[in-house]
Amino acid sequence: MTINGKAYIAGIYEHPTRKATDKSVAQLHAESAAGALADAGLGPDDVDAYYCAGDAPGLGPLSMIDYMGLQNVRHMDSTETGGSSYVVHIGHAAQAIAMGKANVALITLAGRPRADGMATGTAPRNYGSDAPDVPFEFIYGPNVVNMYAMAARRHMHEFGTTSEQLAWIKVAASHHAQHNEHAMLRDVVSVEDVVSSPLIADPLHRLDCCVISDGGGAFLVVSPEIAKSLDRDCVKVMGHGEAPKNIMRGQVDLTYTGGHYSGPQAFEEAGVKPSDIDYASIYDSFTITVLETIEDLGFCEKGKGGAFVSDGNLISGQGKLPFNTDGGGLCNNHPMNRGGLTKVLEAVRQLRGEAHPAVQVKDCQLALAHGTGGSIGTRMGSSTVILGRDDA
Amino acid sequence: MSAERVLPAPPENVEHTEFWAACNDGKLMLPRCKDTNQFFWYPRKTSPFTLSSNVEWIEASGKGEIYTYSVMRRSDPQYVIAYVRLDEGVTMMTNIVECDPNTVAVGMKVELVMRGSEGGQKVPVFKPA
Repeated sequence: MTINGKAYIAGIYEHPTRKATDKSVAQLHAESAAGALADAGLGPDDVDAYYCAGDAPGLGPLSMIDYMGLQNVRHMDSTETGGSSYVVHIGHAAQAIAMGKANVALITLAGRPRADGMATGTAPRNYGSDAPDVPFEFIYGPNVVNMYAMAARRHMHEFGTTSEQLAWIKVAASHHAQHNEHAMLRDVVSVEDVVSSPLIADPLHRLDCCVISDGGGAFLVVSPEIAKSLDRDCVKVMGHGEAPKNIMRGQVDLTYTGGHYSGPQAFEEAGVKPSDIDYASIYDSFTITVLETIEDLGFCEKGKGGAFVSDGNLISGQGKLPFNTDGGGLCNNHPMNRGGLTKVLEAVRQLRGEAHPAVQVKDCQLALAHGTGGSIGTRMGSSTVILGRDDA
Repeated sequence: MSAERVLPAPPENVEHTEFWAACNDGKLMLPRCKDTNQFFWYPRKTSPFTLSSNVEWIEASGKGEIYTYSVMRRSDPQYVIAYVRLDEGVTMMTNIVECDPNTVAVGMKVELVMRGSEGGQKVPVFKPA
């Protein structure tokens, strides 16, 4: 039993806003949904499945289905694994479609942390004082940046990874972002620019961190029959994986991510290997997130990520693994501090041949999108999807 | 060295009463699964090895070494967050205190010290051994 070829991504939409002072969260979700439906040539009445995660207001799917007036929903999923949720949702949608439970699944993300003045990276995140881990962690001042910083420090210790190597990830993202008119940061930066930017939490510098942005996005996962009926170019869902990773009863290891599990699941289901991938969207909350993920997905050996990402190897047209050609979270956007959904969007653009011409991968047949959620330092959810052109 | 960051009080949870009471007596108690004789972290009354409630408390030696750390440069006062691997074999999140943050290193030997948090509850942190 497999989902390979049982579902397609039809419509996609990335909300162009990066600061949404005049729009509500529900409104951003709905505008994103409308954009994805228009892209596919479908309407609200065609939607029979709706998925969202913790960024959706109120009671998630119940609130948003009501707000958007969706009349025909018979399948829902609100799996919440932070920024990786939307990549998880693709697998769940494909499963539902394969089982005949749905034909058109709508997945949305939106938020406005910037308009709300949220200190995304440096303020403590309290996931609820009833969370059983909180009393043993929250008091010590964990936040998003220093958790990823501790992973980077350990990776440096074990494998000799350097700040300059991490910086190459940001350099590559900036090369791509210069061509994206919507990107928040469009200036091309150098390794020197990254390592000389202020330290936020050792060893991560300001330019090792992603942007804080408002916005959102949406996409549709549809059955093969619906995909065939549309005029729009659809991409095939070929393989999917999802995995939790945590502090493992006190056996902490911050040198790898849940991608160590989700990646092999996705490759096996798709029947392809890392060297077959033409383009990869890899969640980039921080440079270290990308480096560990690239290793975990098998693009290089564990511990060799620093050498792999150096010297422009992630830059489209130059390197072996073109990544995040929209500029990613490091330069383009990071709606509601959740980057999984936008990773899928750029992978679909690449497979359709609709990325910016300056960053479009030639003859892009196979793409990977990977989401990371929660915290690399404690509890995380990872999800990988492999997508292909219909003839792939 | 600037003033030390005052830790917030740990949120109350009925599952953790004995653990925090022991901290106030200067003892760091580690939970151990009696079914498997394995320590685990963080404290809970359900074994994450067997899902049984067969859990006992063992006083930690208070010795360990830094697995990883980060200096929160953007905070005032700055503070060092770390994972410390205890000699008993589990790794816990904590702060490193009583030292210049610039001298902290992975592998550094550290020892337990109890600090009063806001409201007085003592919480375990570590200093260079």
